[in-house]
Amino acid sequence: MSKLSLITKGILKENPTFVLLLGMCPTLGTTTSAINGMSMGVATMAVLILSNMTISMIKNLIPDKVRIPAFIVVIASFVTVVELLMQAYLPALYETLGVFIPLIVVNCIILGRAEAFASKNSIGDSALDGIGIGLGFTLSLTTIGAIREILGNGSIFGWQFASEGMPMIFIFAPGAFIVLGYLLVLFNKVTAKNK
Amino acid sequence: MKSSFKNMTIVMFCITLICSAAVGGVYLLTKERIEQAATIKFQKALSVVLPAFDTVSQESVDVNGEMITINTATLEGRTVGYAVSSNAGGFGGTIDMVVGFDADGKVVGVNILKHSETPGLGSLIANEGNILVNQFVGKNPAEMTLKVRKDGGSIDALTGATITSRAYINGIEKAFNAYLRKTTGATAEGYTGATTVNATDKAEKGEENE
Repeated sequence: MSKLSLITKGILKENPTFVLLLGMCPTLGTTTSAINGMSMGVATMAVLILSNMTISMIKNLIPDKVRIPAFIVVIASFVTVVELLMQAYLPALYETLGVFIPLIVVNCIILGRAEAFASKNSIGDSALDGIGIGLGFTLSLTTIGAIREILGNGSIFGWQFASEGMPMIFIFAPGAFIVLGYLLVLFNKVTAKNK
Repeated sequence: MKSSFKNMTIVMFCITLICSAAVGGVYLLTKERIEQAATIKFQKALSVVLPAFDTVSQESVDVNGEMITINTATLEGRTVGYAVSSNAGGFGGTIDMVVGFDADGKVVGVNILKHSETPGLGSLIANEGNILVNQFVGKNPAEMTLKVRKDGGSIDALTGATITSRAYINGIEKAFNAYLRKTTGATAEGYTGATTVNATDKAEKGEENE
């Protein structure tokens, strides 16, 4: 597999949100606006790249039976580190994402990539896989967030173009399901054509 | 790698040891910055809700069994205002706010420190110059009926966010009571209004989307 395809497969063929359907909790919860979706995606990507590299580095030292607990400890540590750094240097962003940051630990994408990819591949490839899947997740969340923000709040990335009469349901949880559902249909239609 | 009791124990011990050391290290490194960020945020809140001041002294007063923090601001030894840390139960969780009064009890400003209200509706309380805060600035809460119009008061609620607006008013009322307790030693009559509002909250929980 070429280095570039390691990255692109995360965006299209193995898009974590639209194809693998992993990490649905943050997907539905944080995408109330484009910037929130993007921030969550970037935070997850940072943890994913770091954990993929670390796990690939120590994969030959971990006995098979305790690999999952070992992965979780590594992932949880990185999440805590990212959380502390965000709290210290990006307090505004930390407030927006709030409760979802610790929840990155239980994001299936991260454990899934550790188990399915990083524990079998080299450090470099694992980093690329983390970048690819992370980008795929970030793009998906930004898209969902942007659509919800446009439809529900009449703004995009905080820029207001309509103030009255937008269907507010898109900002609430049901809107997340509706947007995700239609995007899934669209994504599968487009990718099915390309097969 | 094949698993044996010995290597599993050793490996897990080492991983947890290294990871906790790393987390502890980052905690120590960021501790100061995090405290700084919180202080800056609070200082910013104080500057928004108080007239010009040079020193602040902090104390707690008991309002109906709850300890409320009051920051007394002085300028050249003269008391110019009070910033009261208040809170109220909103639509999505607790709303933490700082309410500033001048020496005469008029509201100078309100700053929302933390909230989880509905984005686009209740979240507007955190914006500067929203319609709620504008109705309070420059007025003494004692001269107002601290209720939304719907409950027979004199305050216009935010569109589509009645529960949030009630909470906001409750928060200001709580702050004002603390201010009264601090300056006159008495509590305002009618603070019990909060309990009746809570009772109607439950019955009308759905109305936030009206």
